[in-house]
Amino acid sequence: MKALPAVDAVIVGAGWAGLLMAKELGTRTSLSVVVLERGPSRQSSDYSTDMDELDFAIRLRMMQDLSQETVTLRHDPTQRALPLRQHGAFLPGAGVGGTGEHWNAQVPRFLPDCFELLTKTAAKYGANALPEDHAVRDWGITYDELEPFYTRVDKLLGSSGQAGNIRGKLINGGNIFEGWRSEEYPTPPTKVPYFSWLFRDAAKSLGYHPYPAPSANISRAYTNPDGISRGGCTYCGFCGRFGCMVGAKAQPTNVLLPIIQKRKNVSLRIGAWVRRVLFDPTPKPSARGVTYVDGAGEEFFQPASLVFLASWTFNNTRLLLLSGIGESHDPATGGGTVGSNLTHQVSVPSATAFFDQPLNRFMGSGSAGFLFSDFDRDDLHRSSMNFVRGGYFAARGYGFQPIGAFGVLPNSVKATWGSEWKKAAVRYYDRTATIGFVGEHLAYKANFMDLDPVYKDKLGDPLLRLTLDWRDNERKMADFATRRAVEVAHAMGAREINPFVGLRSYDSTRYNSTHIQGGTIMGDSPAHSVVSPYLQHWQLPNLFILGGSTFPQNASANPTPTILAFVYRAADAIVDRYLKHPGPLA
Amino acid sequence: MRRRHFLTLSAATLGGVLIYSLDRKASLLAAQHKPVRIPLRSFTETEALIVAAAASRIFPSDDSGPGAREAGVAIFIDRQLAGAYGRDRFRYTQPPFEDAPRELGYQGSATPRQIYREGLRGLQGFHLRDPAAQDEALRKIEPTLFFSVLRQNTIEGMFCDPLHGGNAGMVGWQLVGFPGPRMSNFDEIEKYYGQAYRPKPVSLRQATGAKVRPSEDEK
Ligand SMILES: Cc1cc2nc3c(=O)[nH]c(=O)nc-3n(C[C@H](O)[C@H](O)[C@H](O)COP(=O)(O)OP(=O)(O)OC[C@H]3O[C@@H](n4cnc5c(N)ncnc54)[C@H](O)[C@@H]3O)c2cc1C
Ligand code: SF4
Repeated sequence: MKALPAVDAVIVGAGWAGLLMAKELGTRTSLSVVVLERGPSRQSSDYSTDMDELDFAIRLRMMQDLSQETVTLRHDPTQRALPLRQHGAFLPGAGVGGTGEHWNAQVPRFLPDCFELLTKTAAKYGANALPEDHAVRDWGITYDELEPFYTRVDKLLGSSGQAGNIRGKLINGGNIFEGWRSEEYPTPPTKVPYFSWLFRDAAKSLGYHPYPAPSANISRAYTNPDGISRGGCTYCGFCGRFGCMVGAKAQPTNVLLPIIQKRKNVSLRIGAWVRRVLFDPTPKPSARGVTYVDGAGEEFFQPASLVFLASWTFNNTRLLLLSGIGESHDPATGGGTVGSNLTHQVSVPSATAFFDQPLNRFMGSGSAGFLFSDFDRDDLHRSSMNFVRGGYFAARGYGFQPIGAFGVLPNSVKATWGSEWKKAAVRYYDRTATIGFVGEHLAYKANFMDLDPVYKDKLGDPLLRLTLDWRDNERKMADFATRRAVEVAHAMGAREINPFVGLRSYDSTRYNSTHIQGGTIMGDSPAHSVVSPYLQHWQLPNLFILGGSTFPQNASANPTPTILAFVYRAADAIVDRYLKHPGPLA
Repeated sequence: MRRRHFLTLSAATLGGVLIYSLDRKASLLAAQHKPVRIPLRSFTETEALIVAAAASRIFPSDDSGPGAREAGVAIFIDRQLAGAYGRDRFRYTQPPFEDAPRELGYQGSATPRQIYREGLRGLQGFHLRDPAAQDEALRKIEPTLFFSVLRQNTIEGMFCDPLHGGNAGMVGWQLVGFPGPRMSNFDEIEKYYGQAYRPKPVSLRQATGAKVRPSEDEK
């Protein structure tokens, strides 16, 4: 293994989290920064010809290459895990920009009480309100402390939307259930697909509070505080799973990369597959750097004074386990923090509705549409909810393409091929849409990650093993959501409605969301967490872990603004305090 | 090297639509009197004829519009199987292979190419039978993995961008009113609430003027 010259900071992963940290350190300090990314090089001009459903949305051209590495899954600790051999429930990306290139760019914030879930739930409903086997924890930080960083994220992305709560003043038409915002969104809400408009009216008629989905597919031209200008969205509909050909969707390659490329102190190494974090346990515990294998198969050691893991939930967790940093979680004893608190989201097609009129579904964007959050808080409708926590309802017009959308039929049509099927599928093709529900997923003791004893990656390192299943709380939540969504679909004038069949075992073949969290969680003490709310490792103070792996449990909201808010906060603490006095920040 | 195979199609069976041959020269079959010989990348001619016949029963050409035959679905599948998809270039294929509950997804070792090769062995003479007998044969294999892959690939071949060899003449897109890639719907998205808005389809190469390469052509 060849040792390279030392640098000040090494960052593993060039997605949203890694590149934001690279931009902050690269522009605010003179530190030498190296970003290691195992996937291909990408830039925003790559997307001028990507509007091809087959290669991008079906064959999933931008996603991680599973022939090299995947994860294994089992539903409970008594089973043998098997590899997920093809993509399904989640779609992590690879290459410069990471998953942030092909995301949908819906940009809500987490509700304030998410950050203090354990104490707030106990205070409201008593110590026994959470399921017995839960592993819910407070984050060690409050929404109020995070708010300024959320506002910076909105400005970075140019988020489009309408505020529902500015410094405590509720504003009709926005999400009145969200946490307070210090300012209005940087750009107004995006345009509205027809189906979402029907949903908005129906939701209002039922007494709910619909609001335009917050979107980083921006509604009009915008220049951010870093001087990056982007044009507005054209509703082309080739959005989630694609890169944006006009740069209207905020992506790491259009808001971060151009700034990083101008900085001589930051460099990006492509094709660098990181295998281990090396560290000194004594006398002063610290990370020494990382080892990686390049595209030609040669292995290097990159020494660094600061080490950042930003390789998304799975590899942030796996790299700690492979490197022997911390103890692997054991659900039987409750010991070991690394790998604990694995959560996904309750993301379900609650009601698929069939209409008489055409919907023109090819027009839309990854997050154009309306949402309502009246059930996102569990206190408003407590008497009708037999579960804890909640979620939001959504009618989004992503822009539908025919390979994926053809053949969704009312349950009354039984044929699945042949003339009768074809006739019905042609008729309903543009008359079908889904009301979705996205709900919180609590952390449980036995939903966790560790190293698989059998299956290996291309280099022979063990794969990450997920032990994950739904519990009654999620099943009841999904059933409840189905009943509400069916009411809304009726109010929209649907001719026929397919209710969601219900959550059974965790299903890796149905796309859920790419919002998987946990594994290296934050908290207020090393006893239960891996990092502090500054994302700093409790034992190795020069190691920082960025991304959803640090979230103790899942919110209903999409995670990326929260991921980025924590990166800003960590970057401030490093630049303002750590560099002057290296050591624990919390 | 495999022996070169061709799919020979007569103008009459194709009903006068655009066919993208494998060298991607579009030819209007109705304008020709001679049959067209399309070089195959992975099927033998007999296999291609069986796939074409089966796809036509799954997605028939009938009074609700054109189907797999006009779209060139068999040509699409032939090319897909010769590319990265057909050989599982991006699947995790390390052993051991074990049976698993449905929720863990396909766990087999067979690639799509092998699934077809094996599945087609069970459909010998299929293309020579009458439609009722063909439907009966398909009903028998309905629960198999081969059938579900064939059904999925048929839908793909109906509606993919024509650069992949299917959806010839954009017949699939016209059938459902999908306009293909459009750079902007800014002025239209809020204008046609409740009314069908059906711009004339364009393909990716037409829309961008660029020589886009499909992934199945990559090494
Ligand atoms: C289809 C889709 C839609 C989505 N929509 C939304 C949405 O609307 N709103 C929202 O908030 N979020 C959304 N998300 C999720 C969002 O994309 C992610 O939360 C976000 O991009 C995560 O950023 P990250 O930097 O933490 O990780 P990533 O972007 O995944 O970056 C991690 C990087 O690390 C690299 N890497 C991994 N392991 C190694 C290694 N060993 N060595 C070197 N490099 C490594 C990877 O190649 C990757 O580039 C969506 C995701 C998908 C797939
Ligand atoms: S829908 Fe808008 S943001 Fe999305 S890819 Fe198209 S133009 Fe870009």
